[in-house]
Amino acid sequence: MSSAPWFAPRVALSTGRERVLTVASFLLPLFVWAVVSYVPFIWHPNIEITEPGSVSYFQSGMQIERSRFAQERQKVVEEGGDIPQGIRANPVYLPAPHEVAKSFYTSFTTEPRMRSEQWLHESLWHSIQVIFWGFTLSSLIGLPLGVLCGTYAAISRLNEPFVEFFRYLPAPAFGALAVAILGIHDGPKIAIIFIGTFFQQVLIISNTTRKLDMSLLEAALTLGSRRIQLLFKVVIPGVLPDLYRDQRILLGWAWTYLIVAELIGSSSGITWFITQQARYKNFDNVFAAIMMIGIIGLATDIILAKLGKRLFPWERGSNKT
Amino acid sequence: MSKIELPSYLDQSPEVKQRFEELKQRDIILEVKDLNKQFDTAKGQVTALKSIDFKVHRREFVTVIGPSGCGKSTLIRILAGLESETSGEVLLDNRPVKGPGPDRGMVFQGYTLFPWLTVKKNVMFGLRNQGISPANAESEAMQWIDLVGLERFADSYPDQLSGGMKQRVAIARALAAKPRILLMDEPFGALDAQTRSKMQSYLMEIWKNIDVTILFITHDLDEAIYLADRILVLKANPGEVNEVIEVPVSRPRHEDQFIEPEFLATRKRLDELIHPPSSQDEEEDKLNMIRLAKVGDDVEPQV
Repeated sequence: MSSAPWFAPRVALSTGRERVLTVASFLLPLFVWAVVSYVPFIWHPNIEITEPGSVSYFQSGMQIERSRFAQERQKVVEEGGDIPQGIRANPVYLPAPHEVAKSFYTSFTTEPRMRSEQWLHESLWHSIQVIFWGFTLSSLIGLPLGVLCGTYAAISRLNEPFVEFFRYLPAPAFGALAVAILGIHDGPKIAIIFIGTFFQQVLIISNTTRKLDMSLLEAALTLGSRRIQLLFKVVIPGVLPDLYRDQRILLGWAWTYLIVAELIGSSSGITWFITQQARYKNFDNVFAAIMMIGIIGLATDIILAKLGKRLFPWERGSNKT
Repeated sequence: MSKIELPSYLDQSPEVKQRFEELKQRDIILEVKDLNKQFDTAKGQVTALKSIDFKVHRREFVTVIGPSGCGKSTLIRILAGLESETSGEVLLDNRPVKGPGPDRGMVFQGYTLFPWLTVKKNVMFGLRNQGISPANAESEAMQWIDLVGLERFADSYPDQLSGGMKQRVAIARALAAKPRILLMDEPFGALDAQTRSKMQSYLMEIWKNIDVTILFITHDLDEAIYLADRILVLKANPGEVNEVIEVPVSRPRHEDQFIEPEFLATRKRLDELIHPPSSQDEEEDKLNMIRLAKVGDDVEPQV
């Protein structure tokens, strides 16, 4: 192991240390969760009753607050009768890591309770499709419009004041409207993701485009480039790697709108699964499903980052990722 | 200490005199007529350039020098068409120019290579704009890359090159578009001293071997003399032509000439023009120096 200091301002770490810390950044919260779950004297605010004794409303398996249990137990001790037994437990909404880990598998293999309901993998796939269409439609219009706004002041003036206004309108507020116009199925959900992404996208893309070094355009002018050539041969290739980075960030935002979008109209996708499982108090499944969203998001981003390195080989030398 | 008696910078050897005679016979590539430039600022109008007049002959090397704020960058940007003049005229081959164009190549201080294109594609850029087929543009570009000695790096991206190499690509790229005049805006300003002197020799070599006229902005007195046939000396506030100096140093140039009497005489003259002995400011600088020294380790000012 090298003896380089761990804490030096803005100095890059060795690959080995980077790996260790990356793993640790996931292990640390997992460790805290495990401690809270498995060490009985930490938190565990409830008592899970194993033996109801002579308390009339106790049932085995039932959870009750510790203070309340103590009161009832005291009463039984004073009045005589069967003393209730119980063990300390965390509330049902905080399942232990191993339960959630098991759910990662079992939630896929558990058959839906009703025939009209979807398997988990179907729900996930449905969510991914909604995200895909929302984000793709937004990008199809938002990317070109953003680049044009960042290149031509006239187009920017015509669009950006309104876009600036519209982006403050919360996308979910359009839910009822979207259902009225687009029906109760995927239409309004895609629309919500579109509204949530598009207006931010235009502004972010146009700002990135504006950051292109003006002297590159000047150099192209002195080399005989004209009008539309400047856009296609200088502006677009010049900002493409930065636009790609923006798109990765924006895709993350699209995911944050997914849950709201899927609650609109007929609940569907992973959100439907989560609400359904919460209703059945299968919180291990709820946690597993939430984590699956994170895993899908992170995996997509890692794949896109790798792809970006291939697409933009001239960026390899620099520190941008 | 004995003082070396320098000749006047106006004295020219018969050889140099003849070279200038011959030079003045050549076609005029660039002519600037009564050029003025005013900027509107918050404090009112500022005159950046005032009645600039000069001519550049074919295959001539003209350097432009002046104190900071003399508008030399504004001048070259107007010549390139990147800024517009307030009044006056810029003639290229006797035709007035409007806007930027490939007939006036430009090399910027900040390299300005297209980072997404390889060295070869960068050099091909101007050629492709002229509608030359990719195959022809590529073979032509390779010749220019050979000329600046970067054939090994033809497929590298600009980010993989050193500053000096980047600037050689920028020169090749500008020359490949076959400009009538090459405008260079402090192209070696960002380079270290060693690379800079190497680049000066490179540039001289290129200029000697191909038919190109160069207008070169610099703030380095030695560079201005070493490269130039004539030096256009500007003064600041407003930017005006102070003097046009015919450099009396013989060609071909080499670095030993830095200590020749003609070189030193020209340098002395440039020094006088650019750093005129002013009173107030320098007095204050000196006082500060003494104070600084005293704050330190009881250093006595040296006699």
